[in-house]
Amino acid sequence: MSDAGVEHIVIVGAGHAGGSAAAFLRQYGFAGPITIIGDEPIAPYQRPPLSKAWLKGEADGESLMLRPLSFYAENNITLRLDTRVERLDRAAKVVVLKGGETIPYDTLILATGRRARRIPLPGIELHDVLELRTAADADRLKAALSAPPVGGRARRLAVIGGGYIGLEAAASTRALGAEAVVIEKEQRVLARVACEALSTFFQDYHRAKGVVFELGAGVERIEGEDGRAVGVRLSDQRLIEADAVLVGVGAVANDELASQAGLECENGILVDLTTKTSDPAVYAIGDCSRRPLPHYERIGHLESVPNALEQAKQAASDITGRAPPPHEVPWFWSDQYDLKLQIAGLPHDATQILIRGEPTPTVGGARFAVFHLTADNRVQAVEAINAAPEFMAGRQLIASRKPVAPDKLRDMSISMKEVAA
Amino acid sequence: MPTIIYIDHAGTERPIEVKTGLTVMEGAIKHNVPGIDADCGGACACATCHVYVDAAWLDKVGTASAMEESMLDFAEGVEPNSRLSCQIKVTDALDGLKVTTPESQH
Repeated sequence: MSDAGVEHIVIVGAGHAGGSAAAFLRQYGFAGPITIIGDEPIAPYQRPPLSKAWLKGEADGESLMLRPLSFYAENNITLRLDTRVERLDRAAKVVVLKGGETIPYDTLILATGRRARRIPLPGIELHDVLELRTAADADRLKAALSAPPVGGRARRLAVIGGGYIGLEAAASTRALGAEAVVIEKEQRVLARVACEALSTFFQDYHRAKGVVFELGAGVERIEGEDGRAVGVRLSDQRLIEADAVLVGVGAVANDELASQAGLECENGILVDLTTKTSDPAVYAIGDCSRRPLPHYERIGHLESVPNALEQAKQAASDITGRAPPPHEVPWFWSDQYDLKLQIAGLPHDATQILIRGEPTPTVGGARFAVFHLTADNRVQAVEAINAAPEFMAGRQLIASRKPVAPDKLRDMSISMKEVAA
Repeated sequence: MPTIIYIDHAGTERPIEVKTGLTVMEGAIKHNVPGIDADCGGACACATCHVYVDAAWLDKVGTASAMEESMLDFAEGVEPNSRLSCQIKVTDALDGLKVTTPESQH
């Protein structure tokens, strides 16, 4: 305890996890001072809209914020923005800021997130080679896409990497009236995260909206003129002309502060189900952590808002002596055009894939779900397109471990309520 | 500004002024009202902003869309007056609206 026996909680990282942890600590009755330190110039905000509503200009700054600025003042939460933490001194229980200032803590919560993976590609340093992680990144991308067209053709974005960020950015780019080319080294998009049926569906849907795919394509360099990107040179020497290049090839955990301070890390800061690290005075939550996955009997990392919130609750509960929150089934979502993709669970240990509905773009809207089942017909994961009942029932089935009857699950005329009953 | 009255499962009332155009969920999140989590930020993707609408206000808040209905079908503790608060837009006509939050959201 510091002065007057009042516990001081310091949160490093002002993202969704860090901001939510402060809010839950107050909801759960923690009355001591809280300091949030973030290296971005703005208060905690929501990142998911950056590749969607924000990029399309459909959301304003206020709606992006997690909480209004008045919330922090009213709740005695000090925001130290635009501030980098240089290192942690666990023995002295202080965080050391760039410039040397020290901030003492009794309890420390690391919520440092992930950063975009950088690839050593010639031309990566050119102007208009972008990544999409922060509001500043999104604003740069929006500016590049909305600049006036050159030589009579529409602005064009080349996306390196066919993951969710790349596909969402491509969809928003089309909505802005610009062209999008997605370059993917695997033979299909979402190769690491989705099954083949879903990849094919997304490719077909994006193509119908005018997106061009270069699949199985290696990238040799980004070509530039006068320091600006003008296109992407593929391994087969073709040039994909572009006004901006978005690199979306995954993310790496910001775990250096923790590992340099001697905390156990392994592609993320290792935590238990209370989100404690190997030091009981230090917690780690959100994208930067590597955590137990109770439904799957293994550890892993989850890059999602639901995970940031779940771990923020786990940390706040543990700190305030409240009963731990229930284990959540991991889940994710993505919006592209009029498609709502909801994913529950992880496909670990699944041996069969079962598709309910027709995975093809149809008039009046596609609606289907891909279930990943174990050999004994238990649901491990579900990927649902415009199919909320399948997603919600799937989440329940993943948690309950109740086996399903594949014939019923495949039959769209049988409701999910009946399938899950 | 319309006032929305958020009541937690223990019966504590929190009257909050919410700007028109925001949703009942956004009003709760911005003022750190406990009991509404809104994991998905209002995309109608998660059902963690589930509330019970006071009987006197059911007509005024309107009916749930098919998407919302199917999310609610599988939420916990659903009653006939259950709604997802991210789908209720605050208007002047909703001044005084009472919503009760369930014991837990997940």
